[in-house]
Amino acid sequence: MHPHNPHESIILAPLRVITRGDKLLWLTLFGVFLAGLVVWIYQFVLGLGVTGLNRPVYWGIYLTNFVFFIGLAHSGTFISAILRVAGAGWRTPLTRAAEAITLFSLPFGVMSILCDMGRPDRILNLVFYGRFQSPLLWDVTAVGLYLLSSIFFFYFSLIPDIALCRDRLTDAPRWRRRMYEVLALGWQGTPDQFRRLDRVLDGMAIFMSMVVVTVHTVVSWIFGMTLQPGWHTALIGPFFLLGAIFSGTTAVVIVLAVLRKVYHLEKVLTPDLFNSLRKLLIVFTLGWSYMMGAEFLTTGYGNMTEEMVVLNDKFSGQYAPIFWTMVVLVFVVPLFIFLVKGKKSLGWLVGACVLVNIGMWLERFIVIVPTEASPRLLPYLGGGAYQPTWVEAVITLSLFAGMFLLYAVFTRFFPIVPIWETAEHHVGHAVEAAAIAEAK
Amino acid sequence: MPRWGMVIDLDKCFACQSCTVACRMENNTPIAGPHQTEQDRAILWNEVLPFVEGEYPKVRMTFIPRPCQHCDEPACVKVCPVKATYKNEEGTVLVDYERCIGCRMCTLACPYAVRYFNWYPPEWPEALKAHLNPDPEVKPRPAGVVEKCTFCIQRRRKAEEQAKAEGRPFTATDYVPACVQTCTGHARYFGDLDDPNSLVFQLAHSPRAYRLFEELGTQPKVYYLKQG
Repeated sequence: MHPHNPHESIILAPLRVITRGDKLLWLTLFGVFLAGLVVWIYQFVLGLGVTGLNRPVYWGIYLTNFVFFIGLAHSGTFISAILRVAGAGWRTPLTRAAEAITLFSLPFGVMSILCDMGRPDRILNLVFYGRFQSPLLWDVTAVGLYLLSSIFFFYFSLIPDIALCRDRLTDAPRWRRRMYEVLALGWQGTPDQFRRLDRVLDGMAIFMSMVVVTVHTVVSWIFGMTLQPGWHTALIGPFFLLGAIFSGTTAVVIVLAVLRKVYHLEKVLTPDLFNSLRKLLIVFTLGWSYMMGAEFLTTGYGNMTEEMVVLNDKFSGQYAPIFWTMVVLVFVVPLFIFLVKGKKSLGWLVGACVLVNIGMWLERFIVIVPTEASPRLLPYLGGGAYQPTWVEAVITLSLFAGMFLLYAVFTRFFPIVPIWETAEHHVGHAVEAAAIAEAK
Repeated sequence: MPRWGMVIDLDKCFACQSCTVACRMENNTPIAGPHQTEQDRAILWNEVLPFVEGEYPKVRMTFIPRPCQHCDEPACVKVCPVKATYKNEEGTVLVDYERCIGCRMCTLACPYAVRYFNWYPPEWPEALKAHLNPDPEVKPRPAGVVEKCTFCIQRRRKAEEQAKAEGRPFTATDYVPACVQTCTGHARYFGDLDDPNSLVFQLAHSPRAYRLFEELGTQPKVYYLKQG
C-alpha cells in the first residue's frame, strides 16, 4: 500500500526513459572522470612533483577541493536533518535532492585527500597506527562517520519510494525490477512500518544534526590546530561550518532548478520552495560577511607582525585579486540579487547561487594558500608562491565530473522528489504536526 | 639518559655552508637540481638562512644555520596521523619513512620549516652515486614521504658500537652529528643538555643564549648564542 500522491506520475516520469542526451552526458562525464584517474596514476608513478606544490605551499587545490566537497555535502544534512528536527514542513520536496548532494559529494571529498597524499598506498596505516591527537585522524573519523550515517539516512528514507518503483515500474528491464525488489527490503507500506520509519528518521536526524556541525568544524581544525598565522583562530571552525552550509544550500538551489527544468517538475518544485531557500540564503550571506568582518577586524586591530603579513597579502598583496573577486562573488552581488531580483525570477536566483559556489571555492583557496605562502619563517625563507599545474586541474575537473555523473545517473533510476514524504495522507512528521495543530 | 641538544654560536659562524654540505654527504639527501630548486623543492636538512634586519644605511645581515630544532614539545609529532614522526627516549625527533603516508601536515605544523617532502624519487648524478653513505639507516628515502634532520642518529649508534668494541662505557662526548664535526669556525656544540657539567649545558644557560620562536612553547633543543 502506498500513500496517495497526486504528483506521483510527474515524479516517476523521468524514471521511465533514458534519452540519448542522457547517455551522451553520462559518457562525457565518465570520460572526464577516467581522464582524471589516468592523470592520478601518472602523478602516483612520477611523484607529487608534477603538481605546483612546493615549500612552503604544501597544500594546494586538492585540499581546497576537499574542503569544498565536504562543504557541498552539508546542504543535504542541513535541509533534511536540521530542518526535520526544526519541524520545517516545507522542506519535504527538497530533501532527497539535497541529501543526494551529500551522498555524492562526500566520496569525492575523500578522493581529494587521496590525490593529495604522497603515499596513498599506505592509507591503511591510518587504521593500524592512528594517532588520535592528530586533527587529520579526527577528520578521517568524522568524515567516515558522516559518510556512513548519510548512506543509511538516505537509504532509509528511500525505501518506501523504491517499493513504489517496484510496484509501478513493472515494464522496466528485468535487472532493474530485480534491483528495486532487493533494495525495497520487502517494504509493504503498512502504517506500522511508516511509523517505525519515521521514528528512525527522527532519531537519526538529531544524530545527523550533531555530526554535521562536528564534521565541518573538524575539517577546519586541520588548519586551525597548527600555529600558522591566519589559521590559528577559534573562529575558523564556525566560519567553515557556515560557509559549508551556505555553499551547500546554493548548490541545492542550482540542482533543484536544473531538475525542475529538465524533468518538468514545475508542479512539484514550486516557486514557494525557492523563496524559502532564498530567505535562508539571505541569512547565510549576512552571517558569512559577519564572520568575515569579525575575523579580519580582530586580526587587523591586533596588528601582530606575522598575522599582518598574511592579512596584507589578501587585502592588497599577491592574493588581493582572488580575495576581492571572492568578496564580490560571495557577498556583494548575491546579496543584491537575493534581496531584489531573486524573489521574482528563478534565473537570477540560480545565477547568484552559481556565483556563490565559485566564490566559496575561491574562499577555501584564500583560507588555505596565503597562510602557507607566508609562514613565520618568511623573512628567512623568502616569499612563497603557488601555481597549480595541469595535473591538478584535470584531477579537479574529474572529481566534479564524477560527482555530476553519480547524480545524473541516480535521478534516472530513483525518484528525486520523495513521493511518500510529499503524499497527502502520510503518517510522517509534517502531517502529524499539522494534525496536532488542527486538534488544538 | 642523555637529552641531546645543540648550541650554535652566531659570532663564530661565517656562513661557509660546510654544515649543509657535510649533512648532505652524511645523510644522503637527494640532489634537487636547478629546476626543482627554483620551485623551492630542494631538500637541505640543514640550511643557513640569511636574515636582513633594517634598511639602508643601517642594514645588518645575520646568518642563522638551521637544523631541526628537536623540540621537547614538537608541533610535528602530535599532528602526524600515523605516528610516523615521533620523539625517541633521548628527545630526538625522528621520522619512520616506511610508515609516513605523505600527508604533509607535519611540514605545515612545524614553525621552523625543517621538514622536507620528497616530491620525486631521489636522484644523484653518476659521479656522486659512488659517494653515498652506505649506512642502511640513511638509505635514500622513497618518493612521497617526509624527511628531516635526525641529529645524525646513525652516528649515535656507531659511537655506541665503537665504545663497546673498545671495552669502555659510551659517554655523551662520543657522539656528534656531521655538521658539528665539520664546522669550520667551531661554532657548533653538541651534547647532553641534562648534564650540568657539559659544555652545551653551560652555553645554553649563557646570557647570550636564545631559541627560535621561543614564544610558541615548542621548547627547541637547539640554542643560538646572539651575535655580539
